[in-house]
Amino acid sequence: MQKIGVFICWCGSNIAATVDVEAVAEAVKTEPNVVFSTNYQYMCSEGGQSAIRNAIAEHGLTGIVVCACSPRMHEATFRKAAAVAGLNPYMVEIANIREQCSWIHKEKSEGTEKAIILARAAVAKLNRNVPLFAGESPVIKRALVIGGGIAGIQTALDVADAGYEVDIVEKTPTIGGKMAMLDKTFPTLDCAACILTPKMVDASAHEKINLYTYSEVESVSGFVGNFTVNIRKRARAVNSDLCTGCGVCVEKCPSKSAKSEFNQGLCNRSAIYIPFAQAIPNVPVIDRDACIKFKTGKCGICEKVCTAKAIDYDQEDEIITKQYGAVVLATGFKPISMERYDEFQYAQCPDVITSLEFERICNAAGPTKGKVLRPSDHEPPKTVVFVQCVGSRATVDCGKTYCSKICCMYTAKHAMLLREKYPDTEAYVFYIDVRTPGKSFDEFYRRAVEEYGVHYIKGMVGKVAEEDGHLIVQGSDLIADKQVVIKADMVVLAAAIEPDPTARSLGTMFTASMDTNDFFTEAHPKLRPVESPTAGIFLSGLCQGPKDIPDTVAQAGAAASKVIGLLSKDKLMGNPCVAGCSEPLCNGCSSCELVCPYGAITYEDKMVIDHGVRETRRVACVNEAVCQGCGACTVTCPSGAMDLKGFTNLQIMAEVDAICR
Amino acid sequence: MPINEKGGAFNPLIVAFCCNWRSYAGADLAGSSRLNYPVNVKVIRVPCSCRVNPLFILRAFQRGADGVIMCGCHPGDCHYTSGNYFARRRTALLFSMLDFLGIEKGRTRVEWVSAAEGAKFANTMNQFAETISALGECKRLEDIRCVESEI
Repeated sequence: MQKIGVFICWCGSNIAATVDVEAVAEAVKTEPNVVFSTNYQYMCSEGGQSAIRNAIAEHGLTGIVVCACSPRMHEATFRKAAAVAGLNPYMVEIANIREQCSWIHKEKSEGTEKAIILARAAVAKLNRNVPLFAGESPVIKRALVIGGGIAGIQTALDVADAGYEVDIVEKTPTIGGKMAMLDKTFPTLDCAACILTPKMVDASAHEKINLYTYSEVESVSGFVGNFTVNIRKRARAVNSDLCTGCGVCVEKCPSKSAKSEFNQGLCNRSAIYIPFAQAIPNVPVIDRDACIKFKTGKCGICEKVCTAKAIDYDQEDEIITKQYGAVVLATGFKPISMERYDEFQYAQCPDVITSLEFERICNAAGPTKGKVLRPSDHEPPKTVVFVQCVGSRATVDCGKTYCSKICCMYTAKHAMLLREKYPDTEAYVFYIDVRTPGKSFDEFYRRAVEEYGVHYIKGMVGKVAEEDGHLIVQGSDLIADKQVVIKADMVVLAAAIEPDPTARSLGTMFTASMDTNDFFTEAHPKLRPVESPTAGIFLSGLCQGPKDIPDTVAQAGAAASKVIGLLSKDKLMGNPCVAGCSEPLCNGCSSCELVCPYGAITYEDKMVIDHGVRETRRVACVNEAVCQGCGACTVTCPSGAMDLKGFTNLQIMAEVDAICR
Repeated sequence: MPINEKGGAFNPLIVAFCCNWRSYAGADLAGSSRLNYPVNVKVIRVPCSCRVNPLFILRAFQRGADGVIMCGCHPGDCHYTSGNYFARRRTALLFSMLDFLGIEKGRTRVEWVSAAEGAKFANTMNQFAETISALGECKRLEDIRCVESEI
């Protein structure tokens, strides 16, 4: 038998002006098991909370209803107050008589009547509440970072500096990501490698950081604080422990026809290769599709020239199983494919390139040793046209609807670098809008226009055609309101960026939700920007949405601080409002397992007493640490075995009954 | 003005199931923006629209509700990844069945309301209340036992 106390808040005049709080307090007295009711000016104030604590002690209350503002506002406050007075915090119900009553109704009689009904519904629910206790689970003090770009490196460094072990899993042979491919960075024109490679070295040298390059996450199980992850360490065919990174094998390799991924396919690399000079680890990989030894069984030159005896053709993929308390997704991005954009002739003309390709052409370590030369004839271009928003801010069926955010700035950078190196070369930029919201960004763009004389044309390019070794660019100038035709030697397309394709399968594996563009969604777009809605999964860098390097580094640090916050705990208190299975009712049909978005339900053979008969049978078991309490299983369950604590069928039915009385 | 069978002014009773993460917050925002909607709309908070058991909706009609509306996160935006998709499919079936039983389609509704859509919540409730007022009282499923217990 419960003893319920009801507390009605005036919220100053916010509630009291349209709800007769005295009348509500009086009306609820006749509700079942209500032994006490009162009203107070501000229930959330210390005075109000002490009134609650005193009433619990004085009347021996087993549960309280607070009629006040939204539970989203002060449910936690009142639960704490109840807990201080020795009540189970889940024996507290809130009737929302402010946001959903006093603030939307003008007539006091109407407001009062509705407040009484809402209070009755809360009492009816509370009459069916039972004390709930949050489960505890241990936290494994190690973090996994997926992706070894600047985002992953920064998160790993920050977490490791706090004293926790971190593993980085990177699918390519080296860490560094897209930033390693860049020449200069806006708006300071720092050399990207000069600021990135020291961080790469820090990460590899850090005693708490463990790198798994050329590796991928294979599968995952577990939950926040306790993930078990299988990592496939792909066979490099080179023994990392023996290799000295001398590079003789790379030099001597006779197969040199594979396209260099690092140089965006602008030049070739050998079959055994190190992606770039500062790669970490500085250990080559054999590309089995290009290697003559792997294809025909003959060759073996690299093995012969390796003095360290590091070449191992028989090396096999290794599966490493490790446990982690937290997982950071830092899977990054890639530019969208330009193959579909026939109007720009990207697939047909070698001199139509993407911005990332231009970046490699500008780079001193790139295919042209930093000289800006046309890929077709290796001649310096006299006129270069940059086209912005290729695939960005487009319609759904053609490109991406979002703004890729970084293109305006890097295009200004490219045009500026070009004009600085080759003052005689003309640079034209076609744009829809120039978006430069960032510290020193607009100044940077204005420098490109005013100091470097880059021609900005507001309008889109309609067509690029090859003619006599030149590229004829036809576009519109919306300000002059005319069509323009530019005879160019090179066209650079600012391709939209999209999440790395591996993000999709990782999202499924970790149940990290994604938006329609495959960017990971955050737990709250404003207030929890680096957490996935799935507990224990954090987001760092472009996998969450387009952003530049400063934003990426800032977000990486924010993700690290959330990881540190989690790993610093010894135990996690779960949410007790989770699903539970009534085993005698369960028929083991698997319906609940299929709808659970978190994989929280498994089946076990258990001893069940059904109608007095003991038998062992297959029943559903809910992992309370994984269950997030959505309730999908409770409705799917055909036998009514599944119920959700805190929102049981009987509780919600009681509310319906009270409202419809 | 529509009247009830006893000749008084008809005040429809509307039960709104709102998911905790978006629609309930949207309803709160309607309140904090001081947007008015009829007093006879009563909100029941559920963790997710997928927690709304068809039995709850049937129960509401049995107990004298004149309309039931379910609000959840926009498709693709569910706090629990996919709950609103289940809810959408379940209600599509349930509402067809209810229509067959004589609970007109206008009395049941699903609306996706985000936490930022206070105005949408208020507008939806105003429109829904108008529709229900026009349809009049819903006695089709009313449980005779409930009525008797009141006598």
